[in-house]
Amino acid sequence: MKLLKRHPFLMLSPVLVVLSWGVGIAYSGAKPVFLWTDILVYLLILSISLFAISSLDKEHLRDPWRQVVRHKMGMASLVVLFFYICIGLLDAVHFQLPQHNDKPTNTHEKIYEAEVLSVLDILLTPIRVHYEKTYSAPFATHLFTKETVEKADGTQMREFPRLKYGGEHLKNPDTDKFGDIATKSFIGLLLGLLIWSVITFIIGFAYSRHKQMGFLQSIKTILHNQYDVPWRVILLTLLVMCLLTGFAIVLAPYYHILGTDKVGEDVFFESLKSIHTGLVIGTLSTLIMLPFAILLGITAGYFKGWVDDVIQYIYTTLNSIPGVLLIAASVLMIQVYMANNPEMFANDAARADARLFFLCVILGITSWTGLCRLLRGEALKLSEVDYVQAAQAFGVSNFKILWRHIQPNVMHIVLIMVVLDFSGLVLAEAVLSYVGVGVDPTMNSWGNMINSARLEMAREPIVWWSLFAAFIFMFALVLAANLFSDAVRDAFDPRLRKQ
Amino acid sequence: MSKALLEIKNLQTWFNTNAGRANVVDNVSFTIHKGETFALLGESGCGKSMTALSIMQLLPRQAAKNMRGEVLLRGQDLLGLPETAMRKVRGNQVAMIFQEPMTSLNPVMTVGDQIGEVLLKHKGLSGTAANRRIIELLEAVGIPAPAQRVKEYPHQLSGGMKQRIMIAIALAGEPDLLIADEPTTALDVTIQAQVLDLLRKLQKETGMAVLMITHDLAVVSEMVDSVAVMYAGEIVETAERDEFFNNPQHPYSKKLFEALPGMDKREEELSIIPGTVPTLAQTFQQCRFADRCDSAWDVCHQQVPQWIELPNQHGVRCHLYDTQVQQHPVAPVQVEKVSAGSSKTSEALLSVSDLKVHFPIHKGLLKRTAGYVYAVDGVSLEVTKGQTLALVGESGCGKTTLGKGILQLIRPTNGSVKFNELELTSLSQAELRSRRKDFQIIFQDPFSSMNTRMMVGDIIEEGMIAQGIGKTEQDRKERVAQLLKQVGLRPEHRNRYPHEFSGGQRQRVCVARSLAVNPKLIVCDEPTSALDVSVQAQILNLLKDLQKQYQLAYLFITHNISVVAYLADDVAVMYLGRIVERGSVKDILEGAKHPYTRALLSAVPSIDKDSRQQILRLEGDPPSPINPPQGCHFHPRCPEAHDICRHSYPRNSRISDSHEVSCHLYTT
Repeated sequence: MKLLKRHPFLMLSPVLVVLSWGVGIAYSGAKPVFLWTDILVYLLILSISLFAISSLDKEHLRDPWRQVVRHKMGMASLVVLFFYICIGLLDAVHFQLPQHNDKPTNTHEKIYEAEVLSVLDILLTPIRVHYEKTYSAPFATHLFTKETVEKADGTQMREFPRLKYGGEHLKNPDTDKFGDIATKSFIGLLLGLLIWSVITFIIGFAYSRHKQMGFLQSIKTILHNQYDVPWRVILLTLLVMCLLTGFAIVLAPYYHILGTDKVGEDVFFESLKSIHTGLVIGTLSTLIMLPFAILLGITAGYFKGWVDDVIQYIYTTLNSIPGVLLIAASVLMIQVYMANNPEMFANDAARADARLFFLCVILGITSWTGLCRLLRGEALKLSEVDYVQAAQAFGVSNFKILWRHIQPNVMHIVLIMVVLDFSGLVLAEAVLSYVGVGVDPTMNSWGNMINSARLEMAREPIVWWSLFAAFIFMFALVLAANLFSDAVRDAFDPRLRKQ
Repeated sequence: MSKALLEIKNLQTWFNTNAGRANVVDNVSFTIHKGETFALLGESGCGKSMTALSIMQLLPRQAAKNMRGEVLLRGQDLLGLPETAMRKVRGNQVAMIFQEPMTSLNPVMTVGDQIGEVLLKHKGLSGTAANRRIIELLEAVGIPAPAQRVKEYPHQLSGGMKQRIMIAIALAGEPDLLIADEPTTALDVTIQAQVLDLLRKLQKETGMAVLMITHDLAVVSEMVDSVAVMYAGEIVETAERDEFFNNPQHPYSKKLFEALPGMDKREEELSIIPGTVPTLAQTFQQCRFADRCDSAWDVCHQQVPQWIELPNQHGVRCHLYDTQVQQHPVAPVQVEKVSAGSSKTSEALLSVSDLKVHFPIHKGLLKRTAGYVYAVDGVSLEVTKGQTLALVGESGCGKTTLGKGILQLIRPTNGSVKFNELELTSLSQAELRSRRKDFQIIFQDPFSSMNTRMMVGDIIEEGMIAQGIGKTEQDRKERVAQLLKQVGLRPEHRNRYPHEFSGGQRQRVCVARSLAVNPKLIVCDEPTSALDVSVQAQILNLLKDLQKQYQLAYLFITHNISVVAYLADDVAVMYLGRIVERGSVKDILEGAKHPYTRALLSAVPSIDKDSRQQILRLEGDPPSPINPPQGCHFHPRCPEAHDICRHSYPRNSRISDSHEVSCHLYTT
């Protein structure tokens, strides 16, 4: 508990989930829904928190993390990742709202809406429900396509009709739009600045308490980068993110800031919802493959002989089957199975979620071989190291040696690989959905966005915003993840570590 | 002595660390004359290599610009030179050879190409002219059949050959100064003797100066003209060789001599230097050695000592010789003689007979066994309770494999290992596991022999848990504390990680770990060869103490003859998987019979030149244990080989009750 007091930030994500639950249930007595991936995400958060707490008093684990924290690029990308993670977590808390029925029901049983919503959905309510007819460009007030409209005087004209929601508050869009956007952007940026100032204030205050110095002085030291942690870089990144957030908060309810897609859904909303899908695939797939890779890898390397032969045979065979083929076959089988057994799933969300879960499993099963091979090599090397031989000379049992000596000494490889794999898996999802063997078509994902944008690219004038939005969101996430993984690798890889 | 070739004046090199600026080389000045051999002597971390790298300007990037002072080569200041000009100096005027010949050569280039590179760069030679020169150079460094070797890759050569190639590369530019950074530390004594001879010969022929960086007093004594002793970044003493060896002045230099083990010190504890080298990231207000010095008094803790010039071109940095300060030296503590309480028992604890460890070599797709590495090939020996048997031999002769074979860490192919009348080779893994507390092992490298992710307490406890020693956790904790005290550490150290300890302290933890299970026999696999002399003395003292206290038996694997002389009761000399001679330590060191033993002993560099016996140099490298030579394994290198040696392996012949040798010279 002492550790928790010293490092309250550790509990940030669990607190976020619990808080979301509280908010959700308080919100007119909603019924919680636990989807498979949600449960796994909670488990993941729990295990990461436990791991973090347990590693706090272990110097060999703390020291590299301290290096990560001092890495400028790593911390900047962590700030970006943090925004993604927050959005992803808010989207991992699902419930059903009670039906608003005017007629008094006889039974005391509540009746719930069929639609499963997440906390993120509630937060994004205005843009979630703002459906247009079809395509509209970012910040447009009119539809992208001409329609035949009947005028008041009975004549019919082909023109671009006004949008139902986008710029609805403007009397005269042609003249007012630009000024309105400018004012609203200004307000938005101010809001962003305000949020940022509050955060900076809190950090400064915490530091002044911690280091026993004046508040202004602590702010000054923070901004002059005089701490080990590169606060200036962190705050600058945070400022950019806050400005973007403020901008979106103010403008999104009035305009479709990234346009709408074919069925008139807000692209910005879709992109935000896709974050959850991307994160789930990136994290859960590796989580599923880890036990295979670690267990098989280190047993093969340590025991050698026939155990090694068998394990090597398994992963060489698996590796020689084209991954996409295996994934396509499994996904199609599951698709057929789910279509034949609709009664297994309570609602659409559960079905889509189950498919996402299976995709994670399949991606995990096809991607453990690389890590397994690395771990085998490392364990092969470690099994000859003096301290392992010393343990053997003490008559320590093999499994204890695996657990106490081999496993902790390969974990840095595991960590580096997991972080590196993350971005690869996010990209893999996009490719698979594009090919049509990815997540459920009804589920928001960047792959699905790209897939549906495919035909639009051929239009004239071109509908570019769907693809653009998916690209920007995915790009930012993958870039941040890659930069962060570089920082992690620099800190954990013994060959790169400075003496 | 002609005029100065290299003059270094107040050289300072520093690193900016988290703890502040660390002067790794601090106001170092010395002069090397033409044709002279100059040694920088000191223990690891004292700044010797950094001095050399500063001269070459090959410092690590974070310190590349952190240099002050003057490095005058023939009057030209190297520190002011730009990188392009410096490149012409390196290799051409100053060349360098490194400690590790295995990693100093590029494995994907042929030997000839690597020498040719230097010739092209510095001499503008190419084509046949270069080829001729390459072969000349290889001949000069004593490589047999140089015309064929030109096309070979480094991995086809042995360690000694690689070091010769490195020297050939260094010579290619015909330098005026050769910097040799521990050139023989990674080599066996017989090879070391060859390389040192070669360096001496080349120096005589070419007239170049050599700056020798070493920690080995004996190498210094054999090789050099003048010595500078470094400690914590400073030079603390300079003198010419004879003056230095006959009359060392600085307490640190004296301690270095006293810490050397040897026959004459068997009955006493080795003198040790307590404490560790101070961290360099500080401004020194006192003598850097004061905290570890026996003679230090209050002045030493208050003032930085000045450089004092003594007669005979002797210089020293110590308050003891400063007439300006009040002298109050503390009398050095006399080393106490310990009575040799070696109660001779003839009770054999371990008896090994005809032990063989062969490793199969698999070849081809189906991994058929194509041959064997005869690592240990029929070894018989006995270790008596409470005694030390030293196992001596060059690297690759199977010493370590034998040690592990005895402990059943590697299952022997054949033969018997009886421990207290119990046959170990026929025990199953599970039966063996429960008996492992009786025999333990201490490894060479204190850095790799502990899991860096476990705390010292857990490391020591691990064996106790596995062997069921100490019923409760409390019992075990108490025992760990007691063990730590016993090996000279503090009980609080149990909660630290290995990386917080120095090499010597780690080796102590390893000793404590082995002791934790109350062993009767400890196999010590070169436990001091990775340590500095002063630290080695501490570990040897500790091992000797423990032996007396617990009647421990040691199988001491080493290649260091002076350690053998200090510690061992019996010696077995191993060559290519077999024991060629064994006897009591007196038998072997004073009356060695086997030509190999004699050659090995004479190859050991020694401090006192007078006591040198006739010099017996071995040619070539030890043969491979994959196909050992016909007949006596040693005959291809033996200066006294007869016809019979080429055909049959000699039987054991008894010289005396305690002395046996396998050599045709002594068969009757």
